[in-house]
Amino acid sequence: MKCHHCDKQATVHLTQILNGQMHKMDLCEACAQEKGVTNPENLSIGNLMEQDGAEVDSVSGSMVCETCGTTHQEFKKGGRLGCEACYHVFRPVLDPLLDGMHAGVRHQGKVPAGSKSRVDFEQSIGLVRKELQEAVEREDFEKAAELRDKLHDMENEAKTIA
Amino acid sequence: MFHDLFTTPGKGRKLPKSIPVTLSTRIRLARNLREFPFPGRAETSQKRAVLTKCMDALSDVKGLNDSFSVEVDDLSELDRQILVEKHLISPELSQVEEGSGIVLSEDRNCCIMINEEDHLRIQVLRPGLDFGSVWKLADALDTGIESAISYAYDGELGFLTACPTNLGTGMRASVMMHLPGLVMSKNMDKVINAVNQLGIAVRGLFGEGSDANGSIFQISNQQTLGESEPAIIERLDSTLNNIVRQENFAREKLLQDDGVRLMDKMSRAVGNLKTCYLMQSSEAMDCLSLVRLASDFGMLPEKYRNLADRMFIEVQPGHVQLSAGKPVEAGFRDSLRAELLRKEFLRAPQIDPSPAAG
Repeated sequence: MKCHHCDKQATVHLTQILNGQMHKMDLCEACAQEKGVTNPENLSIGNLMEQDGAEVDSVSGSMVCETCGTTHQEFKKGGRLGCEACYHVFRPVLDPLLDGMHAGVRHQGKVPAGSKSRVDFEQSIGLVRKELQEAVEREDFEKAAELRDKLHDMENEAKTIA
Repeated sequence: MFHDLFTTPGKGRKLPKSIPVTLSTRIRLARNLREFPFPGRAETSQKRAVLTKCMDALSDVKGLNDSFSVEVDDLSELDRQILVEKHLISPELSQVEEGSGIVLSEDRNCCIMINEEDHLRIQVLRPGLDFGSVWKLADALDTGIESAISYAYDGELGFLTACPTNLGTGMRASVMMHLPGLVMSKNMDKVINAVNQLGIAVRGLFGEGSDANGSIFQISNQQTLGESEPAIIERLDSTLNNIVRQENFAREKLLQDDGVRLMDKMSRAVGNLKTCYLMQSSEAMDCLSLVRLASDFGMLPEKYRNLADRMFIEVQPGHVQLSAGKPVEAGFRDSLRAELLRKEFLRAPQIDPSPAAG
């Protein structure tokens, strides 16, 4: 599990009931120290989230989804996102919200068959890419050329699946 | 007209048998197409493209053979109101101006809304408490649709929805419950608070912000991300069973503590329904609620529970106008509603007090 603030491994796991809602937060050692989590006397996830919100606000004021034009202000006001791409654009402000809203932050349910083949295909492209790199490193250029063509074909095919 | 569908029963359609406390079970899945903005952000031309694409795809899906498809624009005000009162479409969809549609299965158990808040809202409804078969059907429909349409989906966040509260499974599982015992014993607020803590929401008869007319409540999961569909259903199901126990306990207690008062209420309700000449829908709902309760106690024959369930819908303003065959102003509706109820309850017997004594 990754730290809520940086990408390091989270070792401190907080759970607190706030206004009847359960909030969870995972932090790494360093961030936990910095946020004063090690002092249980004045610990509140609410404060941590507020600090978070304040920090995020300064960067997100100008956030806008280039695909559909939804702005961060609109999302804050209406609570609705405009398209798939919004989920990438607004991810930093969305993550803390999801934490308080749902039972977890990772999908555990149904995987659509179509997306499954797409995800599988993207993984196999990744493998060929790695093989190609290895072939180049050991100067097996004949193999590398073969793999390059294969990769080219697969990438074209990926476009049709998408 | 579209609403003619409802005056003639479909083939192989059995009359639902009602049971105490739980009226109906519903599962709704929110889905969006890849590469189209969500309906709230879409231009009319984009909504039209989504509508055409979905209508084409849905007509080939197993379980939707012989279904009825219609664009919301083509429906009259009254048709829309009827569909809302039958809980087949949301009040929001009934207000949509352009580019939205409805696909209704032949047996009327599945209704798919196109371009409501999300591109697709797949709904399956059944009488009684029956999550097993409702989920199986919703899951199969969803899989069928997905073979023709590419869904907006993210490996980490699941199905992507316009509102992040529906993210992940996109599933809202709900049950319509009749809880007069908890309402009369003033325990409903306690129950609402307790289940809210468990991530479960309680709403009135017509969803968000509506009143709990006739002591009928919609109880559903609030959280959609972080748990699998069966896990969400299991948690909701166990909470619902708990509510059923609490309701039955409250009913027994009311009967024990002040049985005469309770019987007076139920008996007067039957009297009102038999003799009224003017009745508003809220009063009708309250009387019908007491009839259902009396039938659950065994003080009225079982068929009056079925009648109450049918009347809960037929006394709504749209349905009263449907049977009149034309739009009717509110005052006259109260008279038509009373006429319908007098006719239906003409032969209703006196309530039988013996179950209270036993």
